[in-house]
Amino acid sequence: MNGAQDLGGQHGMGPVAPETDEPYFHAEWEKRALGLTLSCGAFGAWNIDESRHARESLPPATYLSASYYEIWTRGLEILLKRHGFVSAAELAAGHMLEKGREPKRILTADTVAGVLAKGGPCDRPVPDGPRFAAGDRVRTKNFNPETHTRLPRYARAKQGIVEAVQGSFVFPDDNAHGKGENPQWVYTVVFDAGEIWGEGADPALTVSIDAWEGYLERI
Amino acid sequence: MTSHSSDGDHHDHDHHDNHFSEMQARVKALETVLTQKGLIDPAAIDAIVDTYETKIGPRNGARVVAKAWSEPDFADWLRNDATAAIASLGYTGRQGEHMRAVFNTAETHNLVVCTLCSCYPWSVLGLPPVWYKAPPYRSRAVIDPRGVLAEFGVTLPEGQKIRVWDSTAELRYIVIPERPAGTDGLDQEALADLVTRDSMIGTGLARSTEEGR
Repeated sequence: MNGAQDLGGQHGMGPVAPETDEPYFHAEWEKRALGLTLSCGAFGAWNIDESRHARESLPPATYLSASYYEIWTRGLEILLKRHGFVSAAELAAGHMLEKGREPKRILTADTVAGVLAKGGPCDRPVPDGPRFAAGDRVRTKNFNPETHTRLPRYARAKQGIVEAVQGSFVFPDDNAHGKGENPQWVYTVVFDAGEIWGEGADPALTVSIDAWEGYLERI
Repeated sequence: MTSHSSDGDHHDHDHHDNHFSEMQARVKALETVLTQKGLIDPAAIDAIVDTYETKIGPRNGARVVAKAWSEPDFADWLRNDATAAIASLGYTGRQGEHMRAVFNTAETHNLVVCTLCSCYPWSVLGLPPVWYKAPPYRSRAVIDPRGVLAEFGVTLPEGQKIRVWDSTAELRYIVIPERPAGTDGLDQEALADLVTRDSMIGTGLARSTEEGR
């Protein structure tokens, strides 16, 4: 979706302003927000693509003025309500009002180390070989879906070169919306800055994205 | 927040402090509801926080870089199968499942960004800094990387190309910075001291031995 999350090439966002000796957390609630997000992810009720879509669906003014842990918290509230674990009334009241849905799994302290060390690999086998090979010239798709996609606006309808075949992975555009994992080949595609940004682009700059096969056509 | 109040802009700081307490209350409410429903274990949250505060951080990545600088065979393995090479040091798991290592050279400097969200190689660098997840870096890294680098105090040599890697899929990138000159005699732990977090994102360079002291 063309939401506030799709930031590549936007102007006016200000300086990067790195902090010296930045702490991992700037407030206690950020620690709890991290832990809550990971704990609730372990329910197995939604996948990473659906959570990304919940965050990018926040109103742009909210998204752009929030810290990332606030974005996570707001996204998590949406997912918990959507999947029947908590109600809006409970979040407003700050305590339980009714029994909700039971998750498949509950993350307990003794299983945290194992769960984090295992992670969530999302490479999947596909029956057919890759359509493209390193060195192939491709054009990215031009589309503007209201649904989740990982093809940023700045890289749509652009010509580039396949640099590497990276394996086959869950297709987020489908997986975010409960349409199945439908894995596809993923390629690193590199563009000259001039192709993306046109006049005034840095001639010594190239930019790459990792693109699912369905984003690409041969030229 | 009061440590930034030298400009005397009290209105803004009140707003910021209020917002922080709003978020504190909001997250507290969420945790309370989930705990009362038996859906979360607050001790699991403590364990997650402890993991990323004390166990998983950029020292992991620095050891990967130091080993690559010291052992050509390991550097080759890292080039060809970064996930396995990094796992051989014990660094695996969440947001490091599919790793790629990109090597800086005299010709090309690499810079990593996630324009669409906050994708970052947690297994080797830990949790991302705030700036990495914020709109200024995510918007500008792909269009004005030299301007971004200047804000980190980095000016690349004339003629060095820049390659920006936008982490749009589930591959997670670590930059292998160039080894500083004059480090021939150093062991891997001493070399790792020269490898900053930013040098593995591409917003910095490895420190020289003088800076590393």
